[in-house]
Amino acid sequence: MKYDHDEIIEHYRLMLVIRRFEDVLDQLFGEGVIVGTSHFCAGQEACAVGAVAALRPSDLVSSNHRGHGHFLAKGGEPRRLMAELFGKATGYAGGRGGSQHMAEFSLGFLGTHGITGGMIPVATGAALSQKLLNTGNVVLCFFGDGATGSGAFHEAVNMGAIWELPIVYFCENNLYAMSMPVAEAFKVTSIAERAAAYGLPGVVVDGNDYFAVREATGEAAEHARSAHGPTLVEAHTYRHYGHSKSDDCGYRSAEEEAAWRARDPLKLMRERLIAEGSLTEAAAEALAQEAEQIIADAIEFARNSPDPDPETLCDGVFADFD
Amino acid sequence: MRETYFSHAIRETLAEEMARDERVIMLGEDIAEYGGAFKITAGFAERFGKERVRNTPIAEGGFTGVAIGAALTGLRPVVEMMFMDFITLALDQLINHAAKFRYQYGEQARVPLVVRCPAGAGRSYGPTHSQSLERHLVATPGLVVVAPSTAHDAKGLLKSAIRCDDPVIFIESKVLYGRRGDVPEGDYTVPLGEAKVVRDGEDCTIVAYSRMTEESLRAAEALAAKSVSCEVIDLRTLAPMDTETVAESVRKTGRVVVTEEGPLTGGIGAEVVARVVESCFDYLQAPPQRVAASDTPVPASRVLEEAAIPSARQIAEAVVRSIRAG
Repeated sequence: MKYDHDEIIEHYRLMLVIRRFEDVLDQLFGEGVIVGTSHFCAGQEACAVGAVAALRPSDLVSSNHRGHGHFLAKGGEPRRLMAELFGKATGYAGGRGGSQHMAEFSLGFLGTHGITGGMIPVATGAALSQKLLNTGNVVLCFFGDGATGSGAFHEAVNMGAIWELPIVYFCENNLYAMSMPVAEAFKVTSIAERAAAYGLPGVVVDGNDYFAVREATGEAAEHARSAHGPTLVEAHTYRHYGHSKSDDCGYRSAEEEAAWRARDPLKLMRERLIAEGSLTEAAAEALAQEAEQIIADAIEFARNSPDPDPETLCDGVFADFD
Repeated sequence: MRETYFSHAIRETLAEEMARDERVIMLGEDIAEYGGAFKITAGFAERFGKERVRNTPIAEGGFTGVAIGAALTGLRPVVEMMFMDFITLALDQLINHAAKFRYQYGEQARVPLVVRCPAGAGRSYGPTHSQSLERHLVATPGLVVVAPSTAHDAKGLLKSAIRCDDPVIFIESKVLYGRRGDVPEGDYTVPLGEAKVVRDGEDCTIVAYSRMTEESLRAAEALAAKSVSCEVIDLRTLAPMDTETVAESVRKTGRVVVTEEGPLTGGIGAEVVARVVESCFDYLQAPPQRVAASDTPVPASRVLEEAAIPSARQIAEAVVRSIRAG
């Protein structure tokens, strides 16, 4: 194996943590413990963890509405993510943002955000900063297939291309923009094909295969780092839950869901690691239990955290005018 | 004191700030060799290089978003929105991104961005090249909106805007570009968030900003000949608004006329009047008056455009109405 064994096991554990985080969130919403909305990334863990694994720690990541996995992969603490979902003062946004609006710049995580496609220009601007400030860092910009219908996607990718910015445009194509299937949303056969319109390389990768994602993103990141500009990576994947917690997935067939679950990224990774002798069944179970424990601890932390103080409501609207 | 054009004051400020701080960059359509639609950045590409004076495709939402991302990560971008009318294409980035990052991401997030907007009517450019859209921006918490009326303030406010850690919409009246005024050489700032009493008076307060400030001063001059003494306030910053300077004046005069270049409904005048009524109702001797553009798109024909946009005469008439009312 070309990668460090302990690191791979750690990343497998991280994927288990993300899965557990999302599964538990679904329960907590169901029980009414947390309110608002959330977009679960269960099923897409190999994209988040595999792509971020290809980066250096100082590289930057921008996210979207389905961003818990991206944030956890970039080093986000489950406790503080969970606290944000609980609307607590200890959350990453102090309870102001919720699922879709949290960031931690010290980790190089530029933020989840609730406007589909909206962060693609922002991430491109972050890449412009990296170029002009000569940081040597690249930006990994996550978005979904739905975002490729937005003008923001086209405008930003074009600017990233003409200015040869150090950015990787990473599309998690989970086949549906909310309920709209990709076949109805665009005429081209793949999203990666659109890269040609910007004079960029476009690659399609199995988004449920951690190793394939890591490989493709690694190449794209080095291409960007060596001043050759962006790559459009399209990762084929599938979300296990609906678009958001209120979606019952009436637009997907049971057969399709079963076929994708058979290619669950956690299952694929576990089978591969066991087959090549990197992991035993017992060790895999222990990791799963660890993940459960980490999330149980996060929930405990969130439950016991204080609510934000309403007195702070109007603080921080401006940097210079409070 | 040196006299120079409003447009030259802006050019000088941008050049001084780019020379002072390497993090200041510019993004916009045709701003490099062409020098921008109004030639504000003429010569900048040669002096500062095209890495920092960056021509963009015609993609206002995209390049505004790029500037926001650059601002969030260490640069201090100045965007030129060729015509303020085009800012509609960037409202998602301004309203849903720039205005919210500080609040939602906390103190780690700063968006030191300036969006320069040549705005307003007076040039017969017609419905999509003549608007005053500031009303749509002041209603978004997190955006600073600035609209200077003189070359002096244009320089001092633009310096403050570029050095500010919040996103600033900087409104430049296209008509004012051609006005001359006293502008000190070298570095000085005018604080954001502070209105200015530009003419003292006793009988009526006229609140204005941008080009309507000079129309208001003209009205005050004409009224002075009829022994009506007007106090004129230039808001200078529309958000956050300096209510206190206005209220203090109205408590003295007991009357208020608010004027703007945008249409009447839902405008800046409505906001000013609401604040005046809330803060000094008991001092008012007459109903507040708004003098604004007609509730129409801005027509191209010179005759129609003049009919649509307020002038000194209408402002003076509003003052007279106010005085006759009580």
